[in-house]
Amino acid sequence: MVRRLPRKDVVVVGLGWTGSIMAHELTDAGLDVVAIERGPWRDTATDFNVGYAADELRYAVRKDLFLQPAQEAMTMRNDVSQTALPLRDYGSFLPGTGVGGAGTHWNGHTWRFFPSDFRLKTHLTERYGADRISEFQIQDWGVTYDELENAFDRFEYLAGISGKAGNLNGTIQSGGNPFEGPRKRDYPLPPMQMTYAPTLFAEAARSLGLHPFPTPSANLSKAYVNPLGIAMGQCTACGFCERFGCANYSKASAHTTVLPVLMRKSNFEARTECEVLKINLAPDGKSATGVTYINVSGEIFEQPADLVLLNAYGLFNIRLMLLSGIGKPYDPSTGEGTVGRNYCYQTNAGAQVFFEGKHINPFIGAGSLGQTADDYNGDAFDHGPLDFVGGAGINCVPTNGRPIQYRPVPPGTPRWGSAWKKATQQFYNNTLTFSSQGSSYATRGNYVDLDPTYKDRFGRPLLRITFDFPDNDIRMSHYVSDRMQEIANALGGKQAVVAKLQKGWNSVPYQSTHNTGGAIMGTDPATSAVNRHLQSWDVPNVFVIGASAFPQNAGKNPTGPVGALAFWAADAIRNHYLKNPGRLVEA
Amino acid sequence: MARPLSLLDRRRFLSSTGILLLAAASGARAANYSGSLPWKPFAALPPSSFADGRWYVLTPEEARTVEAIVDRLIPADDLSMGGKEAGCATFIDRQLAGSYGTSDRLYMQGPFLPGLPTQGYQGSATPVGRYRDGLAALNNHTRASLGGKAFFELAPADQDTVLQAFEAGKVDYKAAAGFFNLVLQNTMEGFFADPIYGGNKDMAGWKFIGFPGARYDYRDYMTAHNQPFPLPPLSIAGRPEWKTGDR
Repeated sequence: MVRRLPRKDVVVVGLGWTGSIMAHELTDAGLDVVAIERGPWRDTATDFNVGYAADELRYAVRKDLFLQPAQEAMTMRNDVSQTALPLRDYGSFLPGTGVGGAGTHWNGHTWRFFPSDFRLKTHLTERYGADRISEFQIQDWGVTYDELENAFDRFEYLAGISGKAGNLNGTIQSGGNPFEGPRKRDYPLPPMQMTYAPTLFAEAARSLGLHPFPTPSANLSKAYVNPLGIAMGQCTACGFCERFGCANYSKASAHTTVLPVLMRKSNFEARTECEVLKINLAPDGKSATGVTYINVSGEIFEQPADLVLLNAYGLFNIRLMLLSGIGKPYDPSTGEGTVGRNYCYQTNAGAQVFFEGKHINPFIGAGSLGQTADDYNGDAFDHGPLDFVGGAGINCVPTNGRPIQYRPVPPGTPRWGSAWKKATQQFYNNTLTFSSQGSSYATRGNYVDLDPTYKDRFGRPLLRITFDFPDNDIRMSHYVSDRMQEIANALGGKQAVVAKLQKGWNSVPYQSTHNTGGAIMGTDPATSAVNRHLQSWDVPNVFVIGASAFPQNAGKNPTGPVGALAFWAADAIRNHYLKNPGRLVEA
Repeated sequence: MARPLSLLDRRRFLSSTGILLLAAASGARAANYSGSLPWKPFAALPPSSFADGRWYVLTPEEARTVEAIVDRLIPADDLSMGGKEAGCATFIDRQLAGSYGTSDRLYMQGPFLPGLPTQGYQGSATPVGRYRDGLAALNNHTRASLGGKAFFELAPADQDTVLQAFEAGKVDYKAAAGFFNLVLQNTMEGFFADPIYGGNKDMAGWKFIGFPGARYDYRDYMTAHNQPFPLPPLSIAGRPEWKTGDR
């Protein structure tokens, strides 16, 4: 039996970063908002308690805060010739769940993508010619960096980002990222104090003529009170950041920046441990009437609403659209359809430099405490003579020394026994690690759809990922690995080991929870699922917010643009949609 | 033989290993919050240790076998105590007794098909089943090929040879390498996890590499570049000295 509940103005699906920001904005506009979250309520004092937060086994290895595969898994294959099989445990990426979402256990790297990233097709065509990108489905976002500048600024000030501007109103600033787009003002907080390894990395990078700068960080360099009046504390570099909730109110998340204000509003309600099953459509399929959800007792409810906002993790936004019949599913054999199109990931490789007689102290760290060089990222360098497009940030951000998962030893070391012990002890405090985080550009064959075989616990099809690293992205990554080798040599250790990424995306070892695309934004309803305001082309009272909107991924962490898009979409709803509900852009 | 857990034991595991979601699924209700911050004191339970002196999942022979394995994976020497003394077998037994052992949180719906390496473990066997099967295979292998002796009755050098053969998959047991990798992973977890889980006795694993443990504030040391870190390791449960006053 389905119980029908009283109507709300807005239903928000998923109470993480974007759900919290949009709920805050729309309740400010006077709307009655309910957020439906399938995971549990979580907050700092009760759930990330400092007395037991530093538990590597529970949080980092058994992944206590993450979405459990028993609740929802997905299937994967590298190409359409393979049979997709379920991720019985999540590995390569780790979706979040619960209030705060994946923003609970992120590292906190908070970027703006380059201006050229937002008009990538136009930019690369102008600079290198259309032939250079003909193997791709690269697209423009439909929104420019300049249009998003204010939204980036609001997210950075909401979150108390620590960093150093590299470009203020077009003037390059010493010590910041010289390749970034112009910002109207500096970060709200100065950079964090640098630990030893990133300091060595920056010296080596500078000696090669590169431009390292402090990685913009949502781990706070100082105590801060954000524009909502919420106070946060200074990061203590405890080394329990990614995969953990912050016990110290010093990593920005919905808990530490929005929820304390949002939860006190009388026109907001959060329903936790309630999983949305589908978005309900009117008989003509052209408008949504609300959502149907099930709670942990198995009771099913219909929540009518005028506006439905999909704020789940990007992949689950796509799945809900496919399960609800919103938009046309993408078909790689024809290239037609939009939902599931342009799924992208991240193209990463790591480097290790082994020293003797040092005290690196890897356990003194934070999720985004480090240095980045963007000299080989995006289109910051000339690709004219090269055989690829795209690039990677080179990051020295040693987040932790947690010993179940961090025990670097040189290749060839046995995995156990006396020789293993000797090397493990020798190199634990004598290894410097850094890595490249590369762009991932859309191809016709990389996409997501519904799996034909495997079902969730309610009998609904799982999402199926079909993905492999495009050849271009492999060439890009190898080029950047060669540049990392130069940095590693300049660091002057006893031995340097720089990985080179290979084809055949492997779902087992952790790589990145930066899954993008699948419900991309754009200017053409034939090649995008949502318009430039993140409004569904097909069902205009549905907005889809998240990294699912990225037409392709850059060599940077996605949360900065995701936060900016939440403000951007909220503005469109407040300033335009509410005055005249309907399509904000004519198809 | 599997020893079924008593109801009391089961409840202890659930509350002590923090698997509250599973406990909640049977009886809890969804929650609505409006107009205030929800606050439930003691809503989260930190893990607590199991009672010592018994095995919860492993049979006596299985336990002796695991103790022998972990003592070869992490042998005692002048760098640290061995895996057995550090409690790695105890750790494994207690992990198997919780949701980890039964794959409660994993996707366990069929069909179970052979997968590609990029698709990860696709078997239907849980860790408890893989230990039962693998430990039996190990002892069958040594009894058949090494004078009728169980693995734990062999000399250390012979144990190493057998483990190397399992690691390389060069024995007549199809799951040998997968089983070895599982035990190796769990042994390292036991040696380096917080001592509250039954391994890493006296923080031996942490002292071995110089990891300070569950410390909370390194601000005074962030810019002390290339200096040895001066403080001893700390567990979630404190340090042994704290029982009689830390000086």
